[in-house]
Order: sequence, then C-alpha cells, then structure tokens
Amino acid sequence: MNSIIEIKDLSFSYDHEEPKKVLDQVNLTIDQGQWVALIGHNGSGKSTLAKLIDGLLTPTTGTITVAGQTLSEETVWEIRDHIGMVFQNPDNQFIGADVAGDVAFGLENRGVPYEEMHLRVKEALKAVNMEKFAAHEPVRLSGGQKQRVAIAGVLALRPQIVIFDESTSMLDPKGRQEIVALMRRLNKEEGFTVISITHDIDEASLADRIIVLDDGKVIADDAPAKIFSRGNELFKIGLDVPYPERLKHELAHLGVQVPKKYLTEKEMVDWLCQYVLKK
Amino acid sequence: MGKLLLGRYLQGNSFVHRLDPRAKMILCFYFVLIVFLCNNWQTYLLLSATTLLCAVLSKIKLSYFIKGVMPLIWLILFTVLLQVFFTRGGTVYWQFGPLTLTQFGLLNGVFVFCRFVLIIFMSTLLTLTTPPLAIADATESLMAPLKKIKVPVHEISLMLSIALRFVPTLMDETTKIMNAQRSRGVDFSEGSLVKRIKAVIPLLIPLFVSALTRAEDLATAMEARGYRGGEGRTKYRRQIWQLKDTVSLVFFGLVTVGLIFLRN
Repeated sequence: MNSIIEIKDLSFSYDHEEPKKVLDQVNLTIDQGQWVALIGHNGSGKSTLAKLIDGLLTPTTGTITVAGQTLSEETVWEIRDHIGMVFQNPDNQFIGADVAGDVAFGLENRGVPYEEMHLRVKEALKAVNMEKFAAHEPVRLSGGQKQRVAIAGVLALRPQIVIFDESTSMLDPKGRQEIVALMRRLNKEEGFTVISITHDIDEASLADRIIVLDDGKVIADDAPAKIFSRGNELFKIGLDVPYPERLKHELAHLGVQVPKKYLTEKEMVDWLCQYVLKK
Repeated sequence: MGKLLLGRYLQGNSFVHRLDPRAKMILCFYFVLIVFLCNNWQTYLLLSATTLLCAVLSKIKLSYFIKGVMPLIWLILFTVLLQVFFTRGGTVYWQFGPLTLTQFGLLNGVFVFCRFVLIIFMSTLLTLTTPPLAIADATESLMAPLKKIKVPVHEISLMLSIALRFVPTLMDETTKIMNAQRSRGVDFSEGSLVKRIKAVIPLLIPLFVSALTRAEDLATAMEARGYRGGEGRTKYRRQIWQLKDTVSLVFFGLVTVGLIFLRN
C-alpha cells in the first residue's frame, strides 16, 4: 500500500518555555485508504496532531509529508487541498448563512467556476443525504445535520484524506451513528483515507487501525482486536474498552470462562450463543 | 426579542421579492432622497401612492409595516409636536406663551409625519423582502468601485455575512446563559437601575468569552477549508440584473420627474 501521510520525529509545544511537549517524537505512517482511529485521554495531543497535519500549526521539530509533499509554508495550501477537516463543534464551523452556501465556501476559496460549483454542491449534499435542506439556515438544523453539512463541505472539495476531529463528541447517539455510518461509507466505498480522532471507543473499534496517544507519545499502534485485548493497560491510561469487552469482563467476574481474544459485537453474539448451547 | 421587526425577513415570492437586491437597495436609498423633494400635498400624495403600490406588489400585510413604524412612534410624535407648536406663519388658531398653533405649523406637522412614515415603510419593505445575506451580497457588489480607493470591500462583506449568520446563534446563547444564571439566583428584571446593570455582568462576560471562542474555531475551520482572502475567489450566489430591475429604476425616475413637476 502507498503511504499518504508520513510523520517523522514530530515534536510540538504551544509554549516554548514549557519543557513538557504536547507531542514528543511522534513517528507515524498512514497508508492510502486506511481508516485510522486516534485515541487518547484529554490533553494527550490528538487534536494538536490533526492540526499539525493540516498545517494549522507549525511543528517545533520534525517533518510531515502528505501525498509526497513535505509540509512547509510554500506547500501548505496545496496540502490543504488534499485534506478535509471536520471539527468538533457543529455550530462553530458553519460559515455560510445557509446549507448550500456553507458547502460552497471551500469551492469559492479555490475559485471553482460558477456552474461546476453548483454541480459539486448538489452532488456533495446528495452524498450526505441533505439535498432537501439546501436552503435551510444553521439554526433550523440539528447537530447531526450540521455535521453532515460540514462533511458535504469537505466532500465537495474532493480531498484524499478526511480528518474527523472529535466530530461526533457533541452529538446525540443517533446523530453519532449516522456520522459513523457515513465515515464508514466514505472509507470503504469511496476510498477516502479517514483519520478519526475520538473518545468514543465503539467508534474506534470499527477502524482498521488504532493509534493510542498518551502524553504526546504514541504508546500503541495496532489493529483494534490487538489493542483491545490489552484491556487493563487501556484502563490505566484512562481509556475505556468497547462494549463486548466490558461484557466479557463482567462475565468473567461471574465465573464464566471467557475467551482471551478480542471479540467484535457479532463475534460476541456468536460466542454467547455457542456458550449457551453447549451448557 | 421576537417582537423586533428590524432585520426580519418574510419569505415570499412576490414581484418585490424577486427584484435584484441591488436594485432594491438603490431604490430604497434613492427614495429617502426624493422624499425631501416633497413640499406640498400633491407631491406627498404621489409618493404615498408609490409606496402603497410597492407595498401591494410585495403582497405583505399592511400590519407588518405598521409594526415597523411602532418602535419609532415616540420620536415621530415628538418631532411632529415640535413642528406643530413652533412653526409660525399663516392663520394663528391658538397661542400660549411661546407655543403657537398656526396653519403652517399644522401643515408642517402632517408633512413631517408623512415623511417619517414613508421612509420607514420603504426601509421595512426592503428588509422584509430581502434575505439578510442578499443584502450583504448586494452591499459588496455596490461597494465594489470603492476597491479603487483601497476600501477592503470583500472583508467588510464577509464580516457582515458572518455577523448576520451568528445573530441567531448568539441570541440562543444569550437565552441559555440567562436561564443558567437565573437557575443560580440572578434576577434580571427587578431591582434598582444599578442592580439591574450589575445583573448583566454574569450574562455579558460568558457571552463575550464564548463569542471569542467561536470566532477562533470559525477562523480555524475557514483556514482548513482553504480561505485565503478575497483574491481569486468565486461566488456561489450570483445576482442577476433583469429587465424588471431596470423597469423599477425607470419607474422611480418617472416618479422623480412627477415630483419636480408638482412641487412649487
């Protein structure tokens, strides 16, 4: 697989006098078409990493290469063309006065001609199933709908990489499910490289790969199954485990012999059925 | 705040709604100018007829226009009374100290009243039939010549449209903060003036802080979406000047000719 993002020896601190760094010697390679979840407790440097990749912050040391280009002051705008970002607060990233205007904002910035812009806005709204709301103002939309508009704004630009910076954290469970389903579709069907920064462990468990950050350092980087089989370690750095894992934990307390291996929801159901039948 | 009609837009699809916002803005400002050409009852009649025609064409209920006048009614009455009692000339009907009630005074009072109402009607018509964003766009396009003298037209219009987009959001926020502070015992509606002003502090400080946070988040989001200033930017919304816009301009031109002809 081709790597699309390469991060070498990246360090960053907001305050140069502060000896403790927000990110400390991070090395990462992300392949094209991967769905990567970035987890870690509050203040572990996840959002900072996302902003660094998009060139919204400048690293103290180290280099970031996106799609073959090294991030610098000259290349930052070209690199931003490859990356779409969806942020946490649905209200604060809504720039246009209505839905269509917001989706068009990025296209306007890139000087896309009038006819093509209208076509692409329409397509993008269709992709997130918001065509009916094109003329709605942000106050008339729910949080989940606003996030879908933000995703449409990213899709209209046709980037290769979409970064979700805690985009589901301010949504209700239903809105969250919708956005996660959309993320999955973008990744599996449309072939976008997805980086999702999240606190929601169930969302992370759907990714191809999980990177765990703790105090600015990458402490684990593996497939979800392998990460979650290290349950206790995750608890120690203040992270949760997915629901099947918690269920396993509770069952073990009751004296049930549970498999050591991490189980997804479906595998858990299968295992439970087998277990009950065997009895 | 629901009663405030200022800046409210009523959705519709009338003739006035479909006019180019630039035409509407030009006409609205132009109307304010030609109101001052009036100096007798024929001219006022002509302008009233024009205003009424516009109001009818917008298909908006007359009660909305009257609501638009209401917030300014005290200013209007004050000005009218000053005119009525302090203008001299013509037949004197009544006199008391410096106060005189004369024929000219009464006439002037009526004229000033008409002038106020006409101007308010027309500007209400503009805001009722034009979405705020269209007004912002029209402002940018009308101010475009000012770019020559280095006025940051694009920035001003972006500021305007972001401000307009955040008005409802900040209103919501204000209500939420007020409720949150009320639930902790702050009383916004009672006590002496000083006490009330002090009660505003727990509302204003969080509001400022949150507005600044929002601004920062918005700036990051804008930058992440490739915003680099006005240079090389295209527009999603296009304003198209149509025949009916020219016709309305010509119509107002004819009204002006009529006014000049009728005034003495």
